[in-house]
Amino acid sequence: MHKEAAIREPLILGHKTYHDITVDVCKPIEDKAPRGWYVLFTIALIIAIYGVGCIMYLLGTGIGVWGINKTIGWAWDITNFVWWVGIGHAGTLISAVLLLFRQKWRMAINRSAEAMTIFAVFMAGTFPLIHMGRLWLGYWTMPIPNQFGSLWVNFNSPLLWDVFAISTYLSVSLVFWYIGLIPDFATLRDRVKRPIPKKMYSILSFGWSGRAKNWNRFEIVSLVLAGLSTPLVFSVHSIVSFDFATSVIPGWHTTIFPPYFVAGAVFSGFAMVQTLMLVIRKAFRLEAYIHTRHIEYMNIVIMVTGSIVGTAYITELFISWYSGVEYEAYAFLNRATGPYWWAYWSMMTCNVISPQLMWIKPLRRSLYFTFFISIVVNIGMWFERYVIIVTSIHRDYLPAAWSMHYPSHMDIGVYIGTIGIFFVFYLLFARFFPVLPIAELKTILKSSGESYKNAPDHHEHESNHSSHH
Amino acid sequence: MAERIIYATYEDDDVLKSSAKKLVSKGVRIAEVFSPFPIHGIDPIIGVKNTRLGIMAFLYGLTGLLLATVGMKYIMIDDWPMNVGGKPNGTYLENMLAFIPVTFEFTVMCAAHGMAITYLWKNKTLPGLPASNPHPRTTDDRFVMELRLSENNKFTTEELEDMLQTSGASELDFKYVK
Repeated sequence: MHKEAAIREPLILGHKTYHDITVDVCKPIEDKAPRGWYVLFTIALIIAIYGVGCIMYLLGTGIGVWGINKTIGWAWDITNFVWWVGIGHAGTLISAVLLLFRQKWRMAINRSAEAMTIFAVFMAGTFPLIHMGRLWLGYWTMPIPNQFGSLWVNFNSPLLWDVFAISTYLSVSLVFWYIGLIPDFATLRDRVKRPIPKKMYSILSFGWSGRAKNWNRFEIVSLVLAGLSTPLVFSVHSIVSFDFATSVIPGWHTTIFPPYFVAGAVFSGFAMVQTLMLVIRKAFRLEAYIHTRHIEYMNIVIMVTGSIVGTAYITELFISWYSGVEYEAYAFLNRATGPYWWAYWSMMTCNVISPQLMWIKPLRRSLYFTFFISIVVNIGMWFERYVIIVTSIHRDYLPAAWSMHYPSHMDIGVYIGTIGIFFVFYLLFARFFPVLPIAELKTILKSSGESYKNAPDHHEHESNHSSHH
Repeated sequence: MAERIIYATYEDDDVLKSSAKKLVSKGVRIAEVFSPFPIHGIDPIIGVKNTRLGIMAFLYGLTGLLLATVGMKYIMIDDWPMNVGGKPNGTYLENMLAFIPVTFEFTVMCAAHGMAITYLWKNKTLPGLPASNPHPRTTDDRFVMELRLSENNKFTTEELEDMLQTSGASELDFKYVK
């Protein structure tokens, strides 16, 4: 029943019991927050407040306060949007796709990766909304009968598909995440002593009691939601790429975009998961649950998706020449050698070269190296979007209209601000929510826990352990 | 009529499962099992039928598919057909390729949310509802089997107690319900 191949590394290290798992995950919530948490939270909050201030100023004055102009109508705003949506791809990929493939290592990271997804998509959604300039008219993107005559939204437009894709992705990811959280909130509800947290977790746990039928439904709901979310993950970034691919701008009008964007999204999402998990496992002492093996698995995903992205860059470059379309060829030549060459080569270095280093085993099992590369990849993926968006439009068919984009104070303020807001949410999550799925981890303890694994009978216990280490 | 309930606590999921198997083979009816995580294989033993939520998800998805199709046909083809750059919307079928993304997204949205709401409703897990697990540690590391005496009147209380204890229950609690 609880067997797994002996040569697989255990996923839960040490001699844990069910109760140990509960205690290990609940302890950071029940204890006082460490000073480091307050320091980080204060920094994030200051940046967030600054970002909100920039957004208010932007809405009050108009989007002209960004560095955009008549030629470059999309710049940092959409770059940031695509960057955040991309980051938001890891969580649901981990919890849905890896669930369908029965990858047990997902359980160490799915909860916090999904939280990250939700907050990242939330940040992403901010950009198209504030790009409207009149935030309060955002509901015009919904197909609602209105007082303007038979004025409907245009269902032929990829921008509208995006509205549906992002809102479906955000709300379904949120529901998926919360359904998994309910049993863990119940664990907290039954543990905490102080009355206010008890009341809070009691409300959040929806009265979960863990009956056999509840668990039966829970498993089917998780499975079906995973089945539904899997094509959703792929559809969202495909649709984001349609925003560009269905246009007639050289450099955007590319059929390779959907798979290339999806791979890039998973690539950047996993990099962000690495950045956050490496900090959390240390700060919350969860090294027994998120250890080198998990980091290595994620690095392999980064390596594979990074290779897909690299292949896509080179294919794109080759096709721009091979197509014989001079505008297309110029768009790519201009990217690599024009005034934005530094952005192009930053992207190439960060996204093509760095993931290839993961072929080397000691490197992909090194936590410091992983942390460094995860930051590099996130920088590279931001540049990718910037290169695609700005370099394709800054020199269009009419040389008289050629222009450059220089980010304004507001461009930077809003972007940095969303990073602050993201971390405010993430730190609150890490402080008050169980960062590991308690119930799910218990289901793999006997098959993948170090103390149970490879010890089916007591007389074999010693020999197996010595050969394993 | 007052109902008498026995709560038998186990410290291990496998012990509870083998105990449940033994008890059921002797004809004991197990009313409920509370556990901190899903115990695989317990459902057929204690007679919990598989949920039909999957079927519901499919039906909700079909509803979404239908709504999206009807909605876009009405908006884009009947109510206000557009002609952008000499490319008219034409019939629904001619324009359908552009409708696929939204149809897909809306189908998924209806299926996922419909199923999630049904799940919460059927489980009676909604905001503000009280918990009904017999022991707070059933959400931590204890596994509790609930037996109702009215459902097991073939056996005396002592017989049930004895069976539970020999099968590995670590603790027995009794409760009267009006």
